[in-house]
Amino acid sequence: MTKELTRPLPRTWWLRKAPYFQFMIRELTSLVVFAYALVLIWGLWSAAGTGAFSGLHDFLSSPLSVWLHAVALVLALYHTGTWIALTPKVIVLWRDDEQVDPDFIAGVNAILFLVLSGALLWLVLA
Amino acid sequence: METFQHDVLIVGGGGAGLRAAIAVAEEHPDKTIGVISKVYPMRSHTVSAEGGAAAVISPTDSLDDHAYDTISGSDWLADQDAVEVMVEDAPGEMLRLEHWGCPWSREPDGHISVRPFGGMKLERTWFAADKTGFHLLHTLFQTSLKFDTITRYDEWFVTRLIVEDGRCQGVTAIEIRSGDMHPIGAKSVILCTGGAGRVYPFTTNGNIKTGDGMALAYRAGVALKDMEFVQYHPTGLPGTGILITEAARGEGGILVNNEGRRYLQDYDLGQPLDINDPKHPQFRTMELGPRDRLSQAFIHEQRAGRTFEGPDGDYVVLDIRHLGERKIDRKIPMVRELAVRYVGIDPVQEPIPVRAVVHYMMGGIDTDSHGATSLPGLFAAGECACVSVNGANRLGSNSLTEILVFGARAATAAVDHANQVPPPLDQLLESAARSEKGRLETTLLRTDGGGETISAIRTQLQTTLEEGAGIFRDETLLARTCIRIADLKKRYEKLSLADTSRTFNTELIAALELGAMIDVGEAIAHSALARTESRGSHQRTDHPDRDDGVFLKHSLAYRGESDPTIGYKEVTITRWPAGERVYGRD
Amino acid sequence: MDVTDPTVLEVFRYLPDAETEPRFQRYEITPQETWVVLDALNHIKAEVDPSLSFRWSCRMGICGSCGMMVNGEPKLTCETFIRDYETETITIEPLTHFPVIRDLVINMADFMEKLPTVSPWLIPEEGKPIEEGEYLQTPAQVAQYQRFSLCINCMLCYSACPVYGLDSSFTGPAALALAERYNIDSRDDGMRQRADVVTAHEGIWECTYVGECTQVCPKGVDPAGAIQMLKLSYALDWARSVILPKGHRS
Repeated sequence: MTKELTRPLPRTWWLRKAPYFQFMIRELTSLVVFAYALVLIWGLWSAAGTGAFSGLHDFLSSPLSVWLHAVALVLALYHTGTWIALTPKVIVLWRDDEQVDPDFIAGVNAILFLVLSGALLWLVLA
Repeated sequence: METFQHDVLIVGGGGAGLRAAIAVAEEHPDKTIGVISKVYPMRSHTVSAEGGAAAVISPTDSLDDHAYDTISGSDWLADQDAVEVMVEDAPGEMLRLEHWGCPWSREPDGHISVRPFGGMKLERTWFAADKTGFHLLHTLFQTSLKFDTITRYDEWFVTRLIVEDGRCQGVTAIEIRSGDMHPIGAKSVILCTGGAGRVYPFTTNGNIKTGDGMALAYRAGVALKDMEFVQYHPTGLPGTGILITEAARGEGGILVNNEGRRYLQDYDLGQPLDINDPKHPQFRTMELGPRDRLSQAFIHEQRAGRTFEGPDGDYVVLDIRHLGERKIDRKIPMVRELAVRYVGIDPVQEPIPVRAVVHYMMGGIDTDSHGATSLPGLFAAGECACVSVNGANRLGSNSLTEILVFGARAATAAVDHANQVPPPLDQLLESAARSEKGRLETTLLRTDGGGETISAIRTQLQTTLEEGAGIFRDETLLARTCIRIADLKKRYEKLSLADTSRTFNTELIAALELGAMIDVGEAIAHSALARTESRGSHQRTDHPDRDDGVFLKHSLAYRGESDPTIGYKEVTITRWPAGERVYGRD
Repeated sequence: MDVTDPTVLEVFRYLPDAETEPRFQRYEITPQETWVVLDALNHIKAEVDPSLSFRWSCRMGICGSCGMMVNGEPKLTCETFIRDYETETITIEPLTHFPVIRDLVINMADFMEKLPTVSPWLIPEEGKPIEEGEYLQTPAQVAQYQRFSLCINCMLCYSACPVYGLDSSFTGPAALALAERYNIDSRDDGMRQRADVVTAHEGIWECTYVGECTQVCPKGVDPAGAIQMLKLSYALDWARSVILPKGHRS
């Protein structure tokens, strides 16, 4: 039998198509969200003693930190958006033999997210 | 050379072949089974069947009614004992498929739903939306994966039957991937290779429907029965020939000419009811008449100038707008998809252009109701076989039923035979394969060929069959077609391939298929020339009447030195003496 | 673009009997307005170059044979209209992520071997004799699994899936979607039986929801959705087995 040809995927496969690129960004945002969670936990932990807390507070108020947080917020929101878009894939509801509109499912989740975020924000600011 | 052996070898992996394989595997787990197909089984043409499969299920229906509809639909050429067997086995087969997971469409209470179909007295067509063949094939294929005793040879092309000691003992086949020739021995061989629509230029059939198995049997001395009966489906898309299922008419679709008239009322098919009448569509009336009559009506309308003219030929329209979007999307969604994609028409808004197109071969390998041929050890089932249950014209939705019933029956007969014979000898298998390999090397694969091309011969074969052996035929045109085909046969011997490589050589396969197509074509043309009457789908303008006195018989085409010889055999009549086919009135 | 103008097809060729390396071959054609890519390939094979090898059959998008890369996207060439392409040149290659046997013909043995491993057949809780008739199933119940039953095994999803491209041991979208088709068929009781293969490392958990399989599927099967549903149902099943080991049923 003659030899078959294999065409291995190049390492730049994710640059080939917009959807692949968006997928990589989404995966990256997972890392950012994870990293931020670590930073937050570390910060709160080390703020057990008052000395460390004021140092943390200074760092957190610095321009660098604000910029980093702004970027992280944007990426986290993008991540949340992709997560909300995924929800209709697992929450599949039926009314008799018709499927409930997936956009409706995503919409409900989006509203829930906004309401919960709003409530948390109010709690923190008030 | 590697040889392979099985108790039962099935050639063709479509509905009939897979049903036969499962039948052997389930009921005889000690038997080894081979399934050999030139394509992966999911590609078999069963996949494109749309409308449904007929089986008696309603309390107001009866086996006798299904039998009568089938026999009268066949213009009395069907063998009534075989029809009685088919209608009796049919409901069990459909339920078996259901138990295997087939997603039959359902009534609100969860029971199987049935729909009206052409030529049937009431609803008995089981359906899975309008992808019945697709669901049937995939259910059968996936179920077949359960059994260890089934060995598949995917993309192997059978070139010849191995016949020795007066019986069939296997096949020689090319493994398409490598180009190697191998023998596969078997105690019984079942041919399930489908029909041959591709011998005509305009067909619903896919590329693979080239009559390979019919030619294999024909060359082994088995008769091809009733080959003159070629079914034109009334509703194919112009240009591509893609099938628009009869189910569209079963749900209430109407056929209209360029004057806006439901023209079938002029062809003794009854009177049209208003489309909003709850009794529309009426069984065995108008658009639910039999396919031969509807296709013939199309030609009459065309000759009278009452069809539309289009870039791909004349057409009439199939109007399903009154069904409404919801019903269309639920019951015949693929009709909508196909119309939108291939002719740019949304049938919810506009009528669909359609015309008569070659669809099915009523004729095929001569078998009895057990699928046995005149060659011991050789069996056949499905469209490649002619039992006959379809006679001179097949009713829609009887074919999917036929492949299941006779696939299973041929399997039983094949196992019975296998229990009575010894396995083939290795020397026989090896020598058959060597000689077959040599034959190909000195013919198709030789490098000093005569310059003929596949494409030229194929196109001319298709053209001459459409001219002489179309919907309406006469002696002059048929005789001319016979001569032309004889000439093409000689030219075929001078075929030279541009591609003589070994790996996946599709030109070689196309050449082998063309050889089969020529054999099938000559059987069609000569059988049609010899039948000087009109019956069902064989209409002779020079002999317009049905002649039961002489021709209530099956034709048998036997391969000859040059032309085939045509013989006849009696039709089996049990309880329904030949009568008049009446549609549109009680 | 006026489709009666000539169009150039750049077609991938690999002829292992004569050549060790693949190449592209250029064909100039004058397509008709109604032509799909498959029509162009058939024209080339019949009139120009009979050695070009490719698979096709039904030409109506139901047999699954004719999948190829057209301008870098996996497509069924029988449903891909030449008039929809703005570019003068259309590039045709065999489906990515599969080994190439010859020209546009790929080796799909990997899929054929994987398919039986997900037990893609009905596994009812109790068998039933034919005489007792059909399992009852309402139209609503049919609707639930229907879209996952529409797979024509065309392999476009495997071509679109970068996970499969990077690791061919991944069971893949079509096979897993078929597992879900049977799992949620109301007549089926085989979820446990399918668990080993479906929840293996190469099964659903290797999927990172890129989602391109669903995008390229010509029959609307949504294999990505099927896989995420499998993840949820098997995760819940596992949680139930941990919390209620005795009261656990499938």
